[in-house]
Amino acid sequence: MSAAVADTQTIFEKGRPGRRAFTAPDLDVPHVDGLLPEAMRRTQEPALPEVSEPELVRHYVNLSKRNFDLDSGFYPLGSCTMKHNPRLHERVAALPGHARLHPFQDPSGAQGALELMWNLERALAEISGLSHVSLQPSAGSHGELAGVLLARAYHEDRGEQRIEVLTPDTAHGTNPATVTMAGLKVVKVATDQDGGVDLDDLRAKAGPQTACIMLTNPNTLGVFDANIQEIAAIVHGVGGVLYYDGANLNAVMGITRPGDMGFDIVHFNLHKTFTQPHGGGGPGSGPIAVSDRVEPYLMVPRIERVDSGNGAEPRFELESDHPKSIGRLRGFHGNYGTFVRSYAYIRSLGAEGLKDASVTAVLNANYLLARLEQAGVAQYLPLAFGTLCMHEFVLSGGPMKRELGIRTLDLAKRLLDHGFHPPTVYFPLLVDEALLVEPTETETKETLDGFADAIAEILREAAEDPEIARTAPHTTPVRRLDEAAAAKRPRIRESLSAETA
Amino acid sequence: MAVSRSGAPDVVVAGTFTSLRRVSRYTAVTDDDLREMLDAIGVASVDDLFASIPAALRLDRPLDLPAGLPEQAVYEHLRELASRNASTEDEVTFLGAGMYDHYVPAVIDMLMERSEFLTPYTPYQPEISQGGLQVMFEYQTAISELTGLPVSNASVYEGPSALAAAGWLAAQTTGRPRFVISEGTHPHSRETLRTLSVGYQTTVDEVPLRDGATDLEALKGALDTDHRSASPTAAVFVQQPNFLGAVEDVAALAQAAHEHGALLVVAADPLTLGVLEAPGAQGADLCVGEGQTLGNRLDFGGPSFGFFAAAQAHLRKMPGRIAGETRDVDGRRGFVLTLQTREQHIRREKATSNICTAQALNALGGVVYLSWLGREGLVELGELMLQRTHYAREKLSALDGVEKLHDRPVVREFALRLAAPVERVIERCRAAGINPGLALTDDGLLVAITERRTRTEIDRFAEVLDAAVAAERSAVGASA
Repeated sequence: MSAAVADTQTIFEKGRPGRRAFTAPDLDVPHVDGLLPEAMRRTQEPALPEVSEPELVRHYVNLSKRNFDLDSGFYPLGSCTMKHNPRLHERVAALPGHARLHPFQDPSGAQGALELMWNLERALAEISGLSHVSLQPSAGSHGELAGVLLARAYHEDRGEQRIEVLTPDTAHGTNPATVTMAGLKVVKVATDQDGGVDLDDLRAKAGPQTACIMLTNPNTLGVFDANIQEIAAIVHGVGGVLYYDGANLNAVMGITRPGDMGFDIVHFNLHKTFTQPHGGGGPGSGPIAVSDRVEPYLMVPRIERVDSGNGAEPRFELESDHPKSIGRLRGFHGNYGTFVRSYAYIRSLGAEGLKDASVTAVLNANYLLARLEQAGVAQYLPLAFGTLCMHEFVLSGGPMKRELGIRTLDLAKRLLDHGFHPPTVYFPLLVDEALLVEPTETETKETLDGFADAIAEILREAAEDPEIARTAPHTTPVRRLDEAAAAKRPRIRESLSAETA
Repeated sequence: MAVSRSGAPDVVVAGTFTSLRRVSRYTAVTDDDLREMLDAIGVASVDDLFASIPAALRLDRPLDLPAGLPEQAVYEHLRELASRNASTEDEVTFLGAGMYDHYVPAVIDMLMERSEFLTPYTPYQPEISQGGLQVMFEYQTAISELTGLPVSNASVYEGPSALAAAGWLAAQTTGRPRFVISEGTHPHSRETLRTLSVGYQTTVDEVPLRDGATDLEALKGALDTDHRSASPTAAVFVQQPNFLGAVEDVAALAQAAHEHGALLVVAADPLTLGVLEAPGAQGADLCVGEGQTLGNRLDFGGPSFGFFAAAQAHLRKMPGRIAGETRDVDGRRGFVLTLQTREQHIRREKATSNICTAQALNALGGVVYLSWLGREGLVELGELMLQRTHYAREKLSALDGVEKLHDRPVVREFALRLAAPVERVIERCRAAGINPGLALTDDGLLVAITERRTRTEIDRFAEVLDAAVAAERSAVGASA
């Protein structure tokens, strides 16, 4: 690591008074004094960085080198579907007709954008088996919030106040957090010995107070819940609605559909299944698809295709006249730039390519699981449930911890020294020392072999000297960081101006 | 799926379940690989991997989607769609109303497209994510500087949902069930707050404008009803500058809110905060807003980012990621996601918010933009907008049949009233290559100015608007 990359000075610390990267356009109108009353005028300007363009570029380029990224290496982060991000998508999203289109442009000047959104909606409807789509939510958790508010609106329109949402104990944390923000109450449902929903527990907890159940299928254990029809029958039987968390859709595209399983509402993660680059924590995109009975409550505005007949081209309009709609969840139409990328992806792969992607994702995950077993890893890191998996699998580091004296955290940190991003750790919560591995379809067999060999090597090393893993990583720009100290006395910015100090 | 116009022929090749058809350009399993992989797994075919999916649930046909296309054909299709949009390269635009046609410097494109920023996930492993984490720390510092508030998170989705997120914090913190929101806030913000209030179990009352700005007496009246009901107000929401471009008297609004124990939430345009007083210095408890003006492109409304800043007291109730500074075992400076016990992956149903993925890459664009502008540049740009906006407002309102909707101070946007049907005037202007702004009710027109709109363009706009209004007035006169 060069000295420049080792540098941790902030852009603020690097600045010197008078330096700048910006040249203002000339003031080409007469200057007028006193346009703002003194009380409204800022007296102390914000202490923004003062740097030249070369310094600006060097600072952020060097910072970027302190990041691991998907373009550099394997990133088997479970539940996050870190598949390749095609560069074509960046190129087409940057076309001025997409990138420099104002959201209040009159629909007559945005027909290409509206047609793209309509096409994407139709594709997502077909993939999910649910006919009505809103692209508006900004991320998965935003889609979940839309979904639970829709379930609530559906019941209230029938004069029912249903306050409970069933969530399995394997659920993503966003599920219960969403329920709270929707003003409803979480009721946990247990997991059975096969990793699916415990049907007896579900029957005991489902009732006239049940608004909906939130499920991921395959779930976060990488297990397809084969009882899904029974689950749907139980929940529908008490008048509830089924919500599908689409985080794991990458396992089943073209193979089975949430709508056919009995779900009423599904959210997609365009930044997982449909290759929107994750950007280090967003942008995401969380469109939802719903069944006919939930459709009246869907967000506005909606895109409508108007066929004028006579062989004329169809016209696309934004439409808000839906009196039962829950309203809007954000400004404008959603994260359009992500729609461009995901639509390009769907057109690149087509029907067959999407199915191939899911089949290959499942094949890769099962192969990696088999390779880990062959390498002798299973003794220390057994599969938590079942024998095969879908697109991801959960190992338990319990035996490793007991027999080798290293924790899942240590294994993850040691993987950094091998040049791999670790899998998701300590989730799902019900598995001891969990390691959630999702290789995705875009990795080669050689990469999977290399990863399996690295884990085997770390375990061998730990049998001889566990201290190496316990103190890992050893080769990264920084080593283990004191998170407790960071939380105890939070320093979350530089103290610059007196007023914010 | 029927794909209209320019799509490829709707040919669907039947997918086979038992073998992968071919190596696609994003996957790499060869026939040899497939055999070896199935052998290692110990199954005969990929079918066996899906045995847990009940037969009745299997899709017994290919998805009804068009066949896949080569990269160049996808490019041509997306380019054709783009060509049917009128972008800010195709017309001189005075559209704003929440998103604005600012110049985005080249360094931002370059940095946002770097693999190391574009393709990682959220920084769950800080040792290999120091770049992204330090960017968050710098971003938080910049937002605190802009807003005059000591606490910022690392981004939320966008403007209106940021305002609604502030409502959730206020309701949770005060335990009060009512919001009072100015009609000077963006209509999308008000609609979003109403949607989410169903879940928050809060009510929303609106306070009207008077002469273009929030009616202070009406606000006080609305808050006074607290004393006569069991619904005290959690938060008052205003926008700076407001939807009609007027600069609000935030200090007075803050005082009114605080007298009733309510928090003041200011939705601010961050690019005006070089010339406008910091909301934090005027008593705002929370300052949120749309970050698009900070180096993010229009993108037909997103992705951009929302910012969320607060007074110190609200640190532990903040939504979303927050980066904090710490040390590693060797004593080196480093950054981590901190105060994570607020968040959904730890606290689940007791979390301060459900937000997970936010807008990190767009927030990177924001802090790079602010560093590019710099301390002096932010003020210079604000002053340029202030002067050109004044020039444009005076020039346009001097035309026959055009008047100011209000006389309040404005910085980057102003509202006019036309003596002609606004939709038809807009149509005429657009035919002349100028998009004049957003139609408001009662033939109002909202006009936005950025550093990209030169005096020459403003003068040309005045000519075109003059002609359009005159033509429509004579058309109305002729038909009367």
